[in-house]
Amino acid sequence: MSLKSNLHNLKEKYKGTKMAPAFNALHTFLYLPNETTHGGTHIKVADDLKRTMNTVIMSLIPCLIFGMFNAGYQHYLALGEISQATGFFDSVFWSWDNLVIGLWKVLPLVIVSYGVGLAIEFVFAVIKGHEVEEGYLVTGMLVPLIVPVDTPLWMLAVAVAFGVVIGKEVFGGTGMNILNPALTIRAFLFFAYPTWMSGDKVWVHGAVARDKAIAAGENLDAISGETILGSLAQGKEITYSVWDMFTGLIPGSVGETSAVLILLGGLFLIFTKIGSWRIMLSSVLGALAMGLIFNGVVDAGWIGEGSKFYGLMSTEFWHHLLIGGFAFGTVFMATDPVTASQTNKGKWIYGFLIGFISILIRVFNPAYPEGVMLAILLMNVFAPTIDHYVVQGNVKRRMKRLKAKTA
Amino acid sequence: MEHLELFFKSIFIDNMVFATFLGMCSYLAVSKKVSTAVGLGAAVIFVLAVTVPVNWLLDQYILQPGALTWLGAEYADYDLSFLSFIMFIATIATMVQLVEIVVEKFSPSLYNSLGIFLPLIAVNCAILGGSLFMQSREIESIGLAFNYGISSGIGWFLAILAIAAIREKIRYSNVPAPLRGLGITFIITGLMAIGFMSFGGMLTGGDDEATKEPETAQVEQVKEKEQKLAENTTTINE
Repeated sequence: MSLKSNLHNLKEKYKGTKMAPAFNALHTFLYLPNETTHGGTHIKVADDLKRTMNTVIMSLIPCLIFGMFNAGYQHYLALGEISQATGFFDSVFWSWDNLVIGLWKVLPLVIVSYGVGLAIEFVFAVIKGHEVEEGYLVTGMLVPLIVPVDTPLWMLAVAVAFGVVIGKEVFGGTGMNILNPALTIRAFLFFAYPTWMSGDKVWVHGAVARDKAIAAGENLDAISGETILGSLAQGKEITYSVWDMFTGLIPGSVGETSAVLILLGGLFLIFTKIGSWRIMLSSVLGALAMGLIFNGVVDAGWIGEGSKFYGLMSTEFWHHLLIGGFAFGTVFMATDPVTASQTNKGKWIYGFLIGFISILIRVFNPAYPEGVMLAILLMNVFAPTIDHYVVQGNVKRRMKRLKAKTA
Repeated sequence: MEHLELFFKSIFIDNMVFATFLGMCSYLAVSKKVSTAVGLGAAVIFVLAVTVPVNWLLDQYILQPGALTWLGAEYADYDLSFLSFIMFIATIATMVQLVEIVVEKFSPSLYNSLGIFLPLIAVNCAILGGSLFMQSREIESIGLAFNYGISSGIGWFLAILAIAAIREKIRYSNVPAPLRGLGITFIITGLMAIGFMSFGGMLTGGDDEATKEPETAQVEQVKEKEQKLAENTTTINE
């Protein structure tokens, strides 16, 4: 008998009992069911929630694969064992060795993220007696892509548990949360274990271990891989070309480096009408506006080279789109249909403010070189307020129209 | 510039609710509906905007050590700062009475929906907190005090507005039974505070401390070296 029929039998056997959701979910997870989603606050089309989730995951896969290669590439590059890749298609980058490091470091992140998250979802589904929701599928894929490659697995597990329980399940599960769960997990890691989430060591596999070895008295050279944002905040020169930034041959969180693949994923999301182009576009506009303002301030000479903000302020405004997690956050996090604004006008405001505030935090808050995460969380907090006023505005306008008609 | 910085700082960085967690009682109790929250928030802004400058004057000319000098040189040694609490509360209570009369007159519906929480603004810790922060942060001029009152009020207003909208949104969520009501509101407040942490440390900057550490470490190392040198020279001399 095959696994499928075994599972089916189990499913039938436990039908109506307490454990039923767990078997149903396992069955659904592995095989395509013939039931579609019903209910949930963000279902606006006749599309199945599962298909929505799968589409997002498909658009994330290129970033994941690239992130694996990049993990190995940055590792060997920092060790000095390979030379710098000359371009996106250089075989130095797409080598087997790089992929092995990537698989070795990134796959465990993915497995822990899914394992812990889905286990909690299963437990909650059994306790509450409803079907397991697919919401964690995307979160579980996003989480490994937005953490540094050397994040210890137990930290990730703790953060995922926090994010899923406090960030989502206490609100009643998928579609009810107010903050993006993946970003809640990232923020938890960021504030609870700052040494593992920022600095110049964590972005390259092996740098932390190397530091420990040196401290233990071994005669080795320290390796480091500062992100571009980190170097800029310290006023250092940037050695990466714009093309490197665009293709993503730079240190950073696992999946956030390659702007070109994120762009592809974003276009795919827009094409399938799952990601909101309004949010993406307005967020880019907001970031460009803030970047232009800062460049203007530098050009006007209000800020001298001695200022600690100079490095990031004088960065050309459109470079901000390519470095750090901005592209990833805008395309995959800000467009989260649950936590974003629901109204079209609200989406413009919401997206614009995300772009605007994230560059603001980047430049003015040296403690947090990555502003996108916090900007999106902040706007998640205010999204219901924006929606409320957009809806109220519409109501008022229609009332006026009605009055004009009846009068 | 000074005004702008204080304004931005007291709305976002030192937000009354998310940085100091003041004024939680009315923040939690009156945040079920956006319209009520707006009313209470506006009342808080108004009361803060009036009481902080008034208390600033009290502080400058009556309470501070040596503040009574304007009465005559013989009063220069007087220090009435132990009266701060009672004086500040008196001002606040008066102002709240005023607001209550005005609201009852002009917006009876808001007056009814705010209920007991309107007079309770008098004991809202955010209001007294505003005056006491004004005192302890030594705000320099009455203009800045006015600015501080308004902006910290706006910060509180934004906080209660946001949570009211969120609570309206999650009204139909299937929150686990033990957490319904205040429990989930506390969790939301905590999560919102994470969002507001984005501003923590802004403007002042976090890199000052980072650069200080290696310097002191180096100084210590140099000192150690010097000590060793001195020891060596003494042994050689002997």
